[in-house]
Amino acid sequence: MDELTLQIDDGEFFVLLGPSGCGKTTALRMVAGLDEPTSGSITIGERVVNEVPAKDRDLAMVFQNYALYPHMSVYDNVAFGLRMRKTSKSEIDTLVRDVATALGIDTLLKRKPGELSGGQQQRVALGRAIVRRPQAFLMDEPLSNLDAKMRVQTRAELIRLHRELGGTFIYVTHDQVEAMTMGQRIAVMESGELQQVGPPQEVYDRPANRFVAEFIGSPSMNFFDAEALERDNELGLQSDAGFVRLTPEQAAAIKTEGFKQITIGIRPEHVVPFHGDRDAMTFDGTVDVVESLGSEQHVLVKLPSGTITVRMPSDRRVDAGATLRLGVPAEHLHLFDADTQRRIGP
Amino acid sequence: MSALPKPARQLLTALPFVAPSIVLFGTFIFYPLAKSVYLGFFIDNPFHTRKIYVGFDQYRDVLTSSEFISSLLVTATFAFYTVVPSIIIGTFLAVLANQRLPGIVIFRTVFSSTLAASVAISSILWLVLLHPQIGVMNNLLGTVGLDHVRWLQDGGWAVSQHDNAFEMVLAWFTDPNWALIAVSLTTIWMNVGLFTVVVLAGLQTIPDELYESARIDGAGRWSEFWHVTLPMLSPTLFFASVIGVIFAYQAFGQIDILTQGGPVDATNVQLYSIYQDGFENFRTGAASVQAIGLFVIMLGLTYLQFRFLSRRVFYR
Repeated sequence: MDELTLQIDDGEFFVLLGPSGCGKTTALRMVAGLDEPTSGSITIGERVVNEVPAKDRDLAMVFQNYALYPHMSVYDNVAFGLRMRKTSKSEIDTLVRDVATALGIDTLLKRKPGELSGGQQQRVALGRAIVRRPQAFLMDEPLSNLDAKMRVQTRAELIRLHRELGGTFIYVTHDQVEAMTMGQRIAVMESGELQQVGPPQEVYDRPANRFVAEFIGSPSMNFFDAEALERDNELGLQSDAGFVRLTPEQAAAIKTEGFKQITIGIRPEHVVPFHGDRDAMTFDGTVDVVESLGSEQHVLVKLPSGTITVRMPSDRRVDAGATLRLGVPAEHLHLFDADTQRRIGP
Repeated sequence: MSALPKPARQLLTALPFVAPSIVLFGTFIFYPLAKSVYLGFFIDNPFHTRKIYVGFDQYRDVLTSSEFISSLLVTATFAFYTVVPSIIIGTFLAVLANQRLPGIVIFRTVFSSTLAASVAISSILWLVLLHPQIGVMNNLLGTVGLDHVRWLQDGGWAVSQHDNAFEMVLAWFTDPNWALIAVSLTTIWMNVGLFTVVVLAGLQTIPDELYESARIDGAGRWSEFWHVTLPMLSPTLFFASVIGVIFAYQAFGQIDILTQGGPVDATNVQLYSIYQDGFENFRTGAASVQAIGLFVIMLGLTYLQFRFLSRRVFYR
């Protein structure tokens, strides 16, 4: 990891998002005190904690594989942190039973982790974290070992839990859906570097660079190479798919910075049936593959040069081999400098 | 074959699969065991020219003899002296060698090296270390201001006279059997290499996240060891205790080389006593009876270990 400056507010649900190996887990482990940064400082509240060992940082962590103590009962797993902090026996009992009831694991207290399902183990791991009421909760991909249905269910529970506890959550994931649905703010990372921080919708609507644009959103954004070009006194882009007309703001941004090589990004849901003059960019192609999801369909359209993915409502009938005429309004074009990959304009 | 009932057919199918084991165990375990029981019913002369059937009389005489009782006590003491220290030292060295430090492989090799030393080499080495005049052990005792010990010559409670059982128990505590302690030191040294390797292997199966989780839960180094390492290591330690006891009851080479069971019978553990009776005194019947006695004791001890220790063992 190279350099990372982040400020996470008290009580915030903050998500670190990125592909594996991007440094998000390392960042979390540094906050936890499990890894040491070579330089820089980590502050929790008012206190610089670089020299504070993990056990004294008053944090809780949920690990990807839960890291439950396999030789202890569920009760002892949840109580362990309290015992280490010399909480009285009667208080431990009350706290453990309250948390277990809240998480619906009160009937499992005598079992060993090995006798539990993945979802139940996950709850025990959560219970172990929240029973101590720490300053912040650190979560390292806690949903990745659950099946798809449990994952969706637990996502909602985590949001509820965050609202009820009111604590700070730092949540690491490579799953953009988790980040979008749960995070109040997300930080996108790649190769140890921070790419963008912001509320999920903002990151989705205005990705700061091509990496973020491509990483967030499913199916992924379509990209086309283009070159800035003046025609009839109007600045536009020349691409393989023809001349692209821009909004005045986009044109101004390109002009002031003097950009030449441009990457155009288009989200699949913004490709619509041809509208006529409104469209900045038009495509003619044949339908290659149709993936129906029931609620919507993803259509892969073959263009004279390359392909484009289109998201369509499922009631529109498209068959492989059919020819389509598609268009994209100018306000839905994302422009990136082909050299630096950075976003251009609004 | 189809006329046979189903269990019989299954047995016929299974038999060829277990045949190799049956042949091996039969030849080297079950036949000798049965033969020993049989030999225990006879007294014969050293040249095996006369054989007198005495039934269970020999069993009764040998198993109640003071020599046998004394060797029982010596063997149990020997096991007590060797098993627990071997496990504690082995665990300590394994925990040290399990640290992630540059060059740690060198220490792992050194700590486990006694595994590669033969009984004869180890015993000769300790014979020198324990020498009353020129040995390092007495030299060390002298350096810290303690009296020299006649290591291999002093049998302590095992050779002194006791008027009653109470005096003997008292002597066990107050009059050390230095010869047995010397043999035990040698045995511990021999065991430690293997025990370090075994415990180190056990340590390496404990996932790092458990330690990290414990640290975040507020555990210090000692709590980590007590609440994570030890319980996760319990199957390994249980295994070590079982083989430690078996090693103790099968110890032979170091006793033969260091003391030959002496002084008097101070280090005459059961196995050595069987050897002396069988191959030096040629009392085959008496040796067989002791062998059966040892077999029953080992069986009982192993049963007790499984019964009481294994309850504290956590298997994943």
